[in-house]
Amino acid sequence: MNRREALFSLGSMAAAGGLASRAGAAELKGFPKQTAMSADHLPTPARSGGGFQVLKSETDQKTVKAVFDRLIPADDFGPSASEAGCLEFLDDQLSGDYGAGKALYLEAPLSPENEEEIMGAPQFLSTPRERYETGLKALEAYAQDTDGAAFHALSPDRIDEILTGLEAGEIDLGEGVNGQAFFELMLQNAREGYLADPLYGGNRDMAGWKMIGFPGARYDYRPYVDRRNEDLGLTPVSLIPND
Amino acid sequence: MANERPKADVVIVGLGWAGSVMAEELTRAGLNVVAIERGAWRDTSTDFPPAVDPDELRWHTRRELLQPMSVETTTFRNKTGQQAAPVRNWNAFQFGWNVGGAGTHWAGMSWRFLPWDFQVATQTAERYGQERLDSLMAEGLQLQDWGVTYDEMAPYYDRFERIAGTSGKAGNLNGQKIKGGNVFEGPRDREYPTPQLKDTNWMSMYRDTTEGMGYNPFTIPAGNISQAYVNPLGVTMGPCTYCGFCDFHGCGNFSKSSPQACILPALMRRSNFTVLTETEVLHAVKHEDGKTVKGVKFVTRDGEEGFQPADVVCITAYQMDNVRLMLLSGIGEQYDPATQQGTIGRNYSYQTCSSVTGFFSGAKMNPFIGGGALGVQIDDFNGDNFDHSELDFIGGAGIMGYSTNGRPIANMNGIRPGNKRWGSEWKEAYARDYQEVANIFCQGTSMPTRDAYLSLDPTYTDRHGQPLLRLTFDWNRNDTSMIDYTTKKAVEIMREAGGEDIMVDNQAEASWNPYKQHSSHTIGGLVMGSNPATSALNPYLQSWDCHNVFSVGASAFPNNGGYNPTLTVGALAVRAARAIHETYINNPGPLVEA
Repeated sequence: MNRREALFSLGSMAAAGGLASRAGAAELKGFPKQTAMSADHLPTPARSGGGFQVLKSETDQKTVKAVFDRLIPADDFGPSASEAGCLEFLDDQLSGDYGAGKALYLEAPLSPENEEEIMGAPQFLSTPRERYETGLKALEAYAQDTDGAAFHALSPDRIDEILTGLEAGEIDLGEGVNGQAFFELMLQNAREGYLADPLYGGNRDMAGWKMIGFPGARYDYRPYVDRRNEDLGLTPVSLIPND
Repeated sequence: MANERPKADVVIVGLGWAGSVMAEELTRAGLNVVAIERGAWRDTSTDFPPAVDPDELRWHTRRELLQPMSVETTTFRNKTGQQAAPVRNWNAFQFGWNVGGAGTHWAGMSWRFLPWDFQVATQTAERYGQERLDSLMAEGLQLQDWGVTYDEMAPYYDRFERIAGTSGKAGNLNGQKIKGGNVFEGPRDREYPTPQLKDTNWMSMYRDTTEGMGYNPFTIPAGNISQAYVNPLGVTMGPCTYCGFCDFHGCGNFSKSSPQACILPALMRRSNFTVLTETEVLHAVKHEDGKTVKGVKFVTRDGEEGFQPADVVCITAYQMDNVRLMLLSGIGEQYDPATQQGTIGRNYSYQTCSSVTGFFSGAKMNPFIGGGALGVQIDDFNGDNFDHSELDFIGGAGIMGYSTNGRPIANMNGIRPGNKRWGSEWKEAYARDYQEVANIFCQGTSMPTRDAYLSLDPTYTDRHGQPLLRLTFDWNRNDTSMIDYTTKKAVEIMREAGGEDIMVDNQAEASWNPYKQHSSHTIGGLVMGSNPATSALNPYLQSWDCHNVFSVGASAFPNNGGYNPTLTVGALAVRAARAIHETYINNPGPLVEA
C-alpha cells in the first residue's frame, strides 16, 4: 500500500463509520477505556471526614486510642499513633476488604487447639472487624473488673502493664477472645498505620517515614546506588500530594 | 456437553511462566493454543504503573497480587495421624492470581541448578560410595535422579534466560572458570544477556568480607534487567531502577522478568492463541480407555461450567495445583507413604533456610535501594561444592548478603535483640536500626523423604466444593544438619563483616509450619524421572499414565536445589513444549517407553 492508497483507505474508513465529526477532531472525555487503570487496581484512599465507619462506639474509640498511643507514644522520635492518623487508618481498613477478611479461608470446622498446635499460632473463623469488636469490649470489661475504671482512664503505666501481660499471654480476656493474638493484631495495625503510605489515612506528614529515614514512593535510586554509607538526605515522597 | 468450546490443539491450564513459555513455543510452531487462567488479565500500564506500584501496604502487607486463601488454600499437618488444618491466613505460600501467575510478583532470582542437583542419588553414590547412599535411603530419604542431566538442560536454560532477560556474570564459560562469576555453576555456552547488577553498600561489604575469607562471591543472577535489552521475541525491557518495591509487587518499569514484560506482548498478537481469564479448570476429563484425556472441564467467574476439548493438555499451574489437578482428574495413582506405591503426591520437599541478622553501629545502609534479586552470594557451601566425607549430611545452601528492600512495615521488627516491639523503646530502636541492620540468608537444599507427601484433604473444600490439597511435611534429619552447618558459616561471615548483636533465625529448628517459614519454594509431588514406579512424569514432563497430559512446574523437581526454582521451571517448559511440537504432535504416544 503506498501513501496515496493509505490516505484513501483511511478516508473510506471514516466515511463508512460515519463517526467523524465535521471538524475531524478526535474528541475524548475521560480516559479511553482500553488504557484506563483496572478499576480494582485503582488506589483506594482512606475516607476523609464523615466520622468512623466501624469504630462507632465512643468507648471503643477511646479504648483503641489508649492502646495505640501506648504502642506508639508521642516522643522525640515523632508523634503518637493517634496524632499520626492511625485510628482513621484502622477504621478505614476495618471498613473494607481487610476488615471483612475477604482473603481469609473461613470455612468450618475449626478446632482451635489442634489448629494452634499444628500452625504454631491460633487461627480464627472471625474477621479482623469482628475481632476488634469483641476484643475492645473485652479490654473495657477487664479494666472495669480489675481497676473499677474505664480502660482509657487508666494511667499510662497501668496500660503498659496490661499490654505487657497480653503480649506474654498472661492475661485472660475471657471466653472468645485470645488476648495475646488480639495484642498482636493491634500492634500490627498500629504500626501499619504509622508506616504505610499516607494515602491510607495514617503516617500523617510522613512522620513514620521521617522517623526511620525511608524516602517513600520514590521509584529510581540509580543515581545513589554507588554511594557508600552516606546520609542521602532524601525528602520522602508519598503517592498523594503534599499540599 | 453444554458450553463446549471448539477443539484446540493444546490447552494450557494456568498462564504463569510455564504456561506462557509453552504457549509461545507451541503457537510459534503453528499450533492452535487455548490457555485457561483463573486470575484476571493484568498488565503493566493498567495495574502496576509507578502511580500505584510503590505501595507497601497494598502489595506486600495485604498481598493484593496473590491468590487469596478464600479462593483456595492448602491443609497442612506435620505427620500422618494428625488432623490436618486449613491454612487460613497469609503464610509462606505465594500463589499467583492473574495472567502471568507468580511470575508477576516474584523477586527475580534466576538460578540454574547445579549439575549435582539433577543427579543427587547417582553422584552421592559415585563420590561417597553406594553404602552412603543406602544409609541415607534407609534413614528415610527418597533420593532419585531427574532423568535429565544439567548438560541436557543447558540449552533450555539458555533459551529461558534470553527470553526473561537475565542479568549476571558467567563463572563457567564452556568449562573455563571465571573469577567474579559463580565458579561452581555448570558450564554455560555464553555470557548472560546483560551484565550483573550493581552492588549496594551492604553487598560491597559482603563481597569484600567473603572474598577476604577465601570464598568466591558473585552477584546473584537476576530477572531485574541491568541495562536496555531486546529479547528474542522482540520485546524491549527497561533498566532496573533499584526501586525496592519488587517481590510481591508488579514492575512498572518493564525491568523485572515476567510474562507481562517478556512474553505476552508477542504471544497476545498471535491469531492462534486465546486466553480465557477468570476461568478455573476443575479437572481434566479422561477418554473411556483412561489412557488419554479429551480436554478440561472449567467454570467461569459467573459460575457457568464448560468444556474445552484438546489433543494435548498442559497443566502449568503452581506446584500445589499441578498435583491437585492430577488427583482431581484421576490421572495416576495417589502415593501412599506406608507402601511407597503410587506416584502422585510423592517426593514433596521444601527449601531449608535460615537468616542471620547483624547490626553495624553508625552505618547508613540505605536499605530502600533494592531489587528483588539484588544480592551477592557464595556457593562454596551449596550442593556438593564442598567435601561431605566427614559430614553427616548431603546438600548445602547458597549464602547470600542481600538488598531486596527497605519496606518499613516489613522490616519493623528488624531491631537489635532485647528491644521491645512497641513504645518509645521501639521507636528509638527502629529509628536507629533501620539504617544499621543487614541480613544474610542461607537458602538450602531439601531432600525428599518417604513420609512427606501431598494428597486430597478428606474434610475441607474450595469455593467450588472440590477437596483442598493436604500437605504432610516436616523437616528431616539430613536437612536440619545441613542448615545447622551452613548457618554457622553465615554467622562467621556476619562476625567477620563487623556485624554485632547477631540474631539467628534457623527455620528448621522447630517443626515446620507455613506461618514460620519465609520461603515460598514448595517443591515436588509430581516428579519427573526415568522410572515410572517412582515418578509421575517422564523426562519430557509427560504423564506416564496419560500420554497427552504434560505438566510443568516446581512440582516436577524430585528434590530441591539451594536456589530459587523459577529458571529451572522455565527451562523445563521450553523442553516440554519442544518435545510436544517437534515429536508428540506428529506421533502421539509415550515419548519414552515405560
